[in-house]
Order: sequence, then C-alpha cells, then structure tokens
Amino acid sequence: MLNKAGREIPSVIPGLGEVKLYNGAFGTIPTGRMVGPKIALNKPRSEKLVKSIDQVIDAAGLKDGMTISFHHHFRNGDYVLNMVMEAIARKGIKDLTLAPSSLSNVHEAIIPYMDEGVITAVETSGARGKLGKYFTEGRLKKPVIIRSHGGRARAIECGELKIDVAFIGAPACDTYGNINGISGKSACGSMGYAIVDAEHADKVVAITDNLVPHPLFPISIPQTNVDFIVEVDSIGDPKGIASGALRISKDPRELKIAEYAAAVIEYSGQFKEGYSAQLGSGGASLAVAQFMKEKMIAEGITGSFGVGGITTPFVNMLEEGLFKMMYDVQDFDIPSIESIRKNANHIEMSASYYANPHNRGPIVNNLDFVILSATEVDVNFNVNVITDSNGVMMGASGGHCDTAAGAGVSIVVAPLLRGRLPMVLDKVQTIVTPGETVDVIVTERGVAVNPNRKDLIDNLKCANLPLMNIEDLQKIAYDLAGKPEDIPVTDEIVGVVEYRDGTIIDVIRKPV
Amino acid sequence: MVKITKPAQAGTVESNDIMVTVAPAESGSGIVVELTSPVIKKYGKQICAVIEKTAKDCGIQDALVNANDKGALDCTIEARVKTAIARACAGEAK
Amino acid sequence: MARMRRSMMFVPGNNPGMLINAGIYGADTIIFCVEDAVSVYEKDAARQLVANAIRNIKYPCEVAVRINHISTPYGRDDLAVILPAKPDMIRLPKAETAADILDVDEIITAAEKKCGFEAGSIKMMAAIETCKGIMNAYEIASASPRMEALAIGGEDYLADLRTSRTTHGDEFLAARSQIVVAARAAGIQAIDTVYSDINNEEGFRNEITRIKELGFDGKSVINPRQIKIVHDVFAPTQKEIDHAERVLKAYEEALAKGSGVISLNGKMIDGPIVARAERALAYADALGMRKGAK
Repeated sequence: MLNKAGREIPSVIPGLGEVKLYNGAFGTIPTGRMVGPKIALNKPRSEKLVKSIDQVIDAAGLKDGMTISFHHHFRNGDYVLNMVMEAIARKGIKDLTLAPSSLSNVHEAIIPYMDEGVITAVETSGARGKLGKYFTEGRLKKPVIIRSHGGRARAIECGELKIDVAFIGAPACDTYGNINGISGKSACGSMGYAIVDAEHADKVVAITDNLVPHPLFPISIPQTNVDFIVEVDSIGDPKGIASGALRISKDPRELKIAEYAAAVIEYSGQFKEGYSAQLGSGGASLAVAQFMKEKMIAEGITGSFGVGGITTPFVNMLEEGLFKMMYDVQDFDIPSIESIRKNANHIEMSASYYANPHNRGPIVNNLDFVILSATEVDVNFNVNVITDSNGVMMGASGGHCDTAAGAGVSIVVAPLLRGRLPMVLDKVQTIVTPGETVDVIVTERGVAVNPNRKDLIDNLKCANLPLMNIEDLQKIAYDLAGKPEDIPVTDEIVGVVEYRDGTIIDVIRKPV
Repeated sequence: MVKITKPAQAGTVESNDIMVTVAPAESGSGIVVELTSPVIKKYGKQICAVIEKTAKDCGIQDALVNANDKGALDCTIEARVKTAIARACAGEAK
Repeated sequence: MARMRRSMMFVPGNNPGMLINAGIYGADTIIFCVEDAVSVYEKDAARQLVANAIRNIKYPCEVAVRINHISTPYGRDDLAVILPAKPDMIRLPKAETAADILDVDEIITAAEKKCGFEAGSIKMMAAIETCKGIMNAYEIASASPRMEALAIGGEDYLADLRTSRTTHGDEFLAARSQIVVAARAAGIQAIDTVYSDINNEEGFRNEITRIKELGFDGKSVINPRQIKIVHDVFAPTQKEIDHAERVLKAYEEALAKGSGVISLNGKMIDGPIVARAERALAYADALGMRKGAK
C-alpha cells in the first residue's frame, strides 16, 4: 500500500507482522497508556554490586528471546556493548533483540554473534560500516527497525519496545546505583538516551569504571532505577568518546553553505529576541553557529535556548550569554562535557524530553530553527540520512525527523554535489524525514524553500540569497552530473524506517 | 586512425578526479574499459560510454583503458582520457 | 559601465574539484591558472581540463585563463586548446612589451575567426611582473582594444626589484602607482597582486584599503575566503549610496528636462561623478545593500 509519503509499503512485513503506515507528520492519533517497569522489592542495605558481567547476566535473569538495550553516548569509544555481548554469547543465550540507541563502527565486533544466532533482531537509530552492510545484506532473521531518538523514547514509553535488561555504561556510579556522565575517566556528558531505558527496562544494570561512595551527586539516573552494578576496568576509550573541541570548518564550500543558511535564519522572520535553535554537528551546520553568533552580536539578539547534540561553538555562545540555556541529550566534544559539568544553565535532558511526540510536549516543539544535514533530498523535500548511493545503510536517523517536525523553520544543509552524486533527486532512496516537515534546502548553488511555506518565500526575497525552485536546483545538479540511474533492489525488506510516531515511513530493500 | 603504442596515464586519485591509464590492445579488440568507481551503480554505464566515445573521437579503435574514478564529472573524464591518449601516442606523432 | 572586477580569484587548472566549484564563491572573475599552479609535466592535462570545464560548466561570473607566457614552450599550446572553449578573457603573465600583447591578440583573432566567435569577444588582461614591464606599462595597457585590465604579479616583480615583502607595502609603491596611472590613461582597470597570508585577515584588509585608495579596481585572490573581505572593503558606505542615488536622480532629471548643466546642492555634476555614482551603486547592489532597489 502507498503510505502518505508516497512509498509502497506492504501492510504485513515478514518478520515484523502487520505494520501501521505513515499517515502524515501528525496524522496518527496515539491510543493506550505509557508503560512502566516491573515493580520490585529492595530491602534496606541490599547489595547491588555484582562481581562480574557473567554474574549480572544471571542475576538479571536474561533468557533466550529477550530484548536488551544500550546507549551510545560513548560513540566509537564504547566498550560496554561488545563486552556484554561477548559474555552473553559465552553463556549460549540465543535469539536476543538488540536495541541500542545507536551503533558505531566499533560495534562491528558483534557481527559473529549475529551469525551465531545470539542476536536475531536489531532495533536502533542506524548503522554504518560493516554493520550497515551486514544489515543491508539481510543477514539478520528480522528486518532492522530504524527509529529516531524521539521515536525510540516513544516506543519504550508506550511499550512497543519492551526492554528486558538495560545495560548502562556509567562514567560515575555510586554503590547504590546513582549514575552521572560527567565525571570519571570515561565521562561522556549527558546521559540523555539512557535515562529512558533506565526508567522503563525491567532490569537495569550499571557498568562502571568509576565506582564511588554513596551518594553521588549530581544524579542523571537515580538509584531507584538501578538493580545491579558491575565494576570493570574500563567502559570506554576517551579518545573515541569525545573529540577535542570541534572546530568551525575552513572548507570554503561548507562555509558558503553555512553563510546562506545563516541568512535564511536572519531573514526568516523568526530571528528575534528569545529565539531557539538546534545546530547539527556536521561541517556546514557547525559553521552556521559562527555566522549566527556574528549576527546575534551585530543585532543585539539573544536566544532563549539551544538544543543538541552539543558542540563547542554552541557552548561558547552559552558562555558569552548569547543563549540563556542549553538542553543537552548528548555531547560531542570535551569542552561540551566540561560545560555540562560546570555550567548550571547547561541542562541534561532525556530523549523523551527531547523529542518523544507522544508525551505532553518535547522540547523540539519549542524550537524555532533546526539545521540538519542530509545524504539526499528529493524534489518533494523528503530527506534520506540512512542509506548511501548504493542503497546500503551508512547513517543514522538520530533526531532528524523529530526536530524537522518540531521546529518552526527546519533547514537542511548539504552540498549540491558530493563528488559526482547530486543531492537533489527525483526520489530519495529512503525517506527518513518527510518533505512536509522540511522547510528550506540550502546548497552552495542555490536555496529552495518548500512551496508550502509562502511566508518564508516572501521573507527571504530580500535576503540576497540564490532562491530557486527545488526543480531548478535539481536541474543544476543534473546538468553537472547527469541523471543518476536507480539502484536496482530486490523485494526483500531488510530494514524498516519508523517515523517518530511509530508508523512506517519507508522500508529498506536489499540491493541487487 | 591513431594507434596507441605505449601505456600512458593521466589524472589523479583525488576526489572529483579520475585516473585513466590507456594501454595498447590487439587490433580488433575495441575499447575495453575496466572501471572502479564509488558511483558505479548510478553512473557506471555513463562513465564507460564517455570513455569509449572520447577514445573514438581521438581516432582510437583499440585500447585497454583502466579507469579509477573518484567521482569525476563527464567533462573531467573526457579531459583525462584525451590527455592519456595524447601521451600514449606522443612518440608516434613525430 | 566597465565590468566589476573587485575580486579575481585564481583557481589551479589541474584540480577538477576546484574547477567545478570555482563559480560558487561570488568572485567577480575566476582565473583558471595553467601557468604557475601547474607543473611542467601536467601542462597538457591542465589545459584540457580547463577547456572542458569552460565548455561544460555554467559559471555565474567572468571566466579568465592565465596562460603560460607566449615565449615559453606552453603558451601557444595553451591558447590552441583553450581558445576554442571561449573563455571570457586571457590573462597573459609576465608581460614586458606591447609586442607580447600583440602576439596573443593575433592568435586570439585567428581563433575567433576559425571558431566563429564574434570578433573581439575574448578580452585580455596582462600581469606585469618585471621592472621593464612597469616601464612599458602604458604601451602594454594600450596595445590592443582587447585589453581590459593591468595587474601586478607581485613576487616576481619584487625579486626583479631586489627587495621583498614588508608589512607596510612600500616596496610596491612605484609599481602600483605606475600601473594604476598607466591603466587609467589607457582607459582600463588596475588589479592588485595577491595577498598570500590567508589567515591574516587584518593585514589583508589593510592592504585592500590601501590599494583602493591608490585607485585600484580590484584585487587578485587565492582563496575563496578572501573574496568577501575584498567586497566588504570595496563596499560603499550608506552615506555614499545615498549620495550616489541623489546624483543619479539629479542627472536623470536633468536629462529629462534637457538641461545642459547639472547640479546637486549647488555642486556641478559631470561625467566622472556620474560614473562614480553608478559604480558605487553597482557595488552596493552586488552586495544586496540596497533592499528593495530595482
């Protein structure tokens, strides 16, 4: 059946059963209630410390067919997921559903456990490298479910994603299970994604390399959520967890794109005192921060709050008083981690607070602007950030569709050509973010505004920008690169892309 | 008709470029293209067609062309093929 | 009015990625270089690449090519391959005499005829890079009606002069003065040399301010990041824009009335003042400084 994004999706998908089809960004009204974890008795002075990961797997009662979760704040420096999976595999447990908030290249070490049937299903934000290839080849028993950060929080809170055991890498953990991410050698800053897992999983295991006496403060995840604690030598490689300060790009093409994006914001009609923004962490979107800063200073405008994915340029604006506060679900570099540690206006938030569309209102609903990247867009403004030009998974959904839906003005920045590949296509390979929620596409050769946004089209006319129809922008790309051939795919569905509300916006079919 | 007498190369493996190596081939073998490219699924046929056409426009009937593409546009591919062929025929022209 | 050439950006001719993107940065002119930016082993490759880029990519600005000097083993081949692609302009480096210009002019004339291009449609500019060239600046500037601009090629000139770069720029004083006067006398533009310390924004800004005051029309740049700075310095102030608008209004009104003497606030307005006002408004429009104009 055709869903409302124009994609042909079977109503029953092998391995997943019947699915709900995407029906517009806010076209599906949720029913039911939020769910909670199993209740438990914890007697005074009970011992939560367990000697080893092996023992905690037993203590948590992990069995065949269960669902386990992890969080990705340690990014490519994460040791926890691989360490736990190795122990689980050794025990001969099979048929698990792996539901990490995202996967990094370092996790390709678990591919053998997928081959062996330890893991037979994966629900996550995305995958790249060998894992992306593995999933795209359809080697898992079930299609991978791709969820946005908000969509994952929603799925957990409504019970669609029921986590039996959550394993939480804890940069600091006290002896009764209070956790934060801001101290210790493996500090990662915000623990935003893990907060939701900890609140809803039936069993919660903290794995730490920094066990401290009770009580730990401040608390990101409270002792009331944590069943067991295991101390290990190391939960992550600091070099992989956070980079040194992310710097503004010097790539002239990225700077050009950023300059145009900043002009879009300036002339949008919503750039005024108290505005709010989320800036991405990619080259061009990071550079937007620099231009915004100059404009804010020049025009004497201060923002109310920033959201992220926090990076150094954003932290600098907070420190200079250009934004009053930052809501932080994840940190990308060391200065951001330092900032959340010391700056009272830099506030940790959960993935649900960030972006769950089915709570009483996530912070994305209050966003004026978001700058987003893209692998491809199409003439209907749909955006793909998950599959590459060969149809292989190589990215992550992240907060893309959440912020696009929430923000007053959603701006996608990308080069019009990547090598030879045009970025504006007739149809993107995979829709992650529907065009109805995307307002402006900014490239180095032209800026296209969604025709639904007549207000923006009017406001941007006096911005000295190369405004054009999306079709004209596409033509520039095709004139340079030629029209690309479609990637031939089979009927086999290897992944489904959930929209943030749990409906299926697109599927990933195995390329020929 | 121009005949390739020795192997020659043009281009680089920088992004947006293509490294083209042409080598002599037996008479009657035609233009044989070996292509490596990150965009082979979307543009492989087009790239081979441009290489073949450029070679023929230069008067080449038979050649072995190895192309290591890094996302070059057609105008770049054509320039690199022309240069490689000119270099491969350089001795003969005299 | 003469074409704006505030920024003329060099682009290495053997780099496809740079050639493809050269048009997106807003330079008034891009100059594809097959001279100093290309090694002697890659001259053949670069000229093919440049010719093809000009043929196939739509650039939103003037496209010039810096060829090798006509006396080198490459200059004539450069022209043979590149002229049929119809660049807007050929830039001859190391021009020393009017004869250099005439040689190139002759080749261009023949190519225009052969390719069926309009006669005189391919323009020329020359860079003077020696003391001898400076002494011949006016002859070079006025050698051909194709000539649109004179430029200084900095490093070679300083070597010839037996001095080197300073922060104050006095070493260029003689050359810059001579070039701008020669160019003006010949009715063409004067373009200053490159500033290679791309991270020194302040020094760059100071240099542009100085050459603008000397009378130069623009500056050669080597990095896209320099373009905006050049345009900023050449931008008229709001006061200048307002004045220019009033001048042109008075001029148009006088024309409409058929009155011979034009004045604004009691001051005479003549040709050069009108031209200056037009130039100020062109710079302002290029930067989108006049909201709602046109």
